[in-house]
Amino acid sequence: MIDVSALLANGIAQLVGTSAIFLALLAIGLNIHFGYAGLLNFGQIGFALVGGYGMGIAVANFGLPLWGGVLVGTGCAVVLALLLGIPTLQLRADYLAIVTIAASEILRLITRSTSQTGLTGGTQGLTGYGNAFTEANPFDQPRYSFVGVGFPRGELWAICVGWSVVALSVLLVWLLVRSPWGRVLRAIREDEDAARALGKNVFAYKIQALVLGGVFGALGGMFYSLSVQSLTPDFFSPPQTFFAYAALILGGAGRVLGPVLGAMIVWFLLSITDGFLRQATTGDSPLIGFIDAQDVGAIRFILVGVFLGLLMVFRPQGILGSKREVQLDAR
Amino acid sequence: MPVEDPLASVPPEPGVPKPDAIMVMDAVTRSFGGLQAVDVDHLEIQRGAITGLIGPNGAGKTTLFNLLTGFDRPDSGSWTFEGRSLERLAPHRVARRGVVRTFQLTKALAKLTVLDNMRLGATGQSGESFLGALFTAWGRQEKANTEKARELLARFRLDAKADDLAGSLSGGQRKLLEMARALMTDPIVMMLDEPMAGVNPALTQSLLGHVKSLRDDGMTVVFVEHDMDVIRDISDWVVVMAQGRVIAEGPPEALSSNKAVVDAYLGAHHDRALEFDSEGNPVGETAELVAEMENVELAETSGPPSPSVPAARDREERS
Repeated sequence: MIDVSALLANGIAQLVGTSAIFLALLAIGLNIHFGYAGLLNFGQIGFALVGGYGMGIAVANFGLPLWGGVLVGTGCAVVLALLLGIPTLQLRADYLAIVTIAASEILRLITRSTSQTGLTGGTQGLTGYGNAFTEANPFDQPRYSFVGVGFPRGELWAICVGWSVVALSVLLVWLLVRSPWGRVLRAIREDEDAARALGKNVFAYKIQALVLGGVFGALGGMFYSLSVQSLTPDFFSPPQTFFAYAALILGGAGRVLGPVLGAMIVWFLLSITDGFLRQATTGDSPLIGFIDAQDVGAIRFILVGVFLGLLMVFRPQGILGSKREVQLDAR
Repeated sequence: MPVEDPLASVPPEPGVPKPDAIMVMDAVTRSFGGLQAVDVDHLEIQRGAITGLIGPNGAGKTTLFNLLTGFDRPDSGSWTFEGRSLERLAPHRVARRGVVRTFQLTKALAKLTVLDNMRLGATGQSGESFLGALFTAWGRQEKANTEKARELLARFRLDAKADDLAGSLSGGQRKLLEMARALMTDPIVMMLDEPMAGVNPALTQSLLGHVKSLRDDGMTVVFVEHDMDVIRDISDWVVVMAQGRVIAEGPPEALSSNKAVVDAYLGAHHDRALEFDSEGNPVGETAELVAEMENVELAETSGPPSPSVPAARDREERS
């Protein structure tokens, strides 16, 4: 039999868990890039990498306080956005896509290279930067339980901090996109030349959007590295960017809460399908006999992919998206 | 229309000086590969008048527009606007000086509402800077801009559509919206690239009325058009281009009798009767004409090959 309450408990834990927070922050950044400004950034994970490692190296190797490390991580993302944006944003949109995905891989390979072991820890990873974060944990019980879902105290602390960061980010995005600044951004997404003809400095706006979205990615990277307390280069691989795109499109691009909702649902679905398949393929008389328990990890992605495909067919604007905007594309 | 036409005493010759020129161009050239798209020696645009820019396809009208508004860079040449140089300025800087253009292929911002399209046009918005959006009270400015936008929309009969997405408008309504949006910037010169293209005759009349009212409001209008009837109806002055050059200019009435213009549109020998002998071979003047045309063809085919020419022409017509 399938234990539904265990499935749901795991699902809810993932719905609000640290993975969803990390994905949400990446997707909030991509929402600024892709959803509002129309920029194709395929290397969002690179921004998370420079954020996480910028902070980690500054604290672990150079002894900066944690807040100093956060500033360094943010600064690294700003520099990366300027480096990538200044040469490519004057060109056609696809150049940015090529350059960002290449840059994110270059960053990962450099980080894991043995020549950098002294600085980044190489493939062994980097630790020892997050003590200030754990020491600040106000929860003193070893484990807390809410409506049947249990969290260890470390994870609960990370979740509280993470959702606060997400809430502040969403607030900032909301303030920005409802302003005339956000209107110019959407105009650039629709037609750059029209914005230029009305006296808007398109290049400056695109740079600002790239920097802002990159900083959200870096916040994601910093949050992740604090919540797991160790940094490994191969975590920052290209598929993470595409998970974030999946979350964004699922939730609704160009909507303030779209990326957050999308990230939560992606992790909820992954957890539910994973739990269900594991229960259904094991035990004395498995419900689904023809799937090996070891294949579950891959098959859950297939199921989630099918779900996303169906959603795109029946609700192409995403969960929060505007239907009348999507109908325009069909004209 | 001014009581006394300041252009009345201006002789209809290419490159003639105007009594009150707002834009002056000198030796402006632009080529795409081997094609000389624009080669204008001298041209002045009269302030407060409607200047029509006409010419056959590929005459360089849109390219000249792109150069004047910063969307393309010239190979050489200089031009001034109100006595200040406009060369090598980025498009948004040209627009901020007061030279605002529309496009041949209308650029309505489809996923913005009609009202947002309009508000985008307003200049000097403090909420359009990153920090200004967060830390200035841009609400009052926004309210004033919205009011202005609604007034303009009412004038262009788009007020009922204010909250619709611009992408849901018809082609003609988009032309109206683009013109109204350009007016939000309080332009000094309006550059309209084929404002009547693809618009039904009834709407054409109303668009013509709007263009005339721009002049009556004191604006200078420069527009590109193919339709000679439209040109005759609203222009105070017409500039004719062919193969990148200004071949004629003058008041619209004078143009239909101008030989250079007729030749550019219809070919140099369009009004001759053709004469043939009983075997179908050309004789007399027709024979001379045929020989002349064959010589031209020979000269063209024996010249250096220039494969980039068709591509360049394509690009120009699309832009």
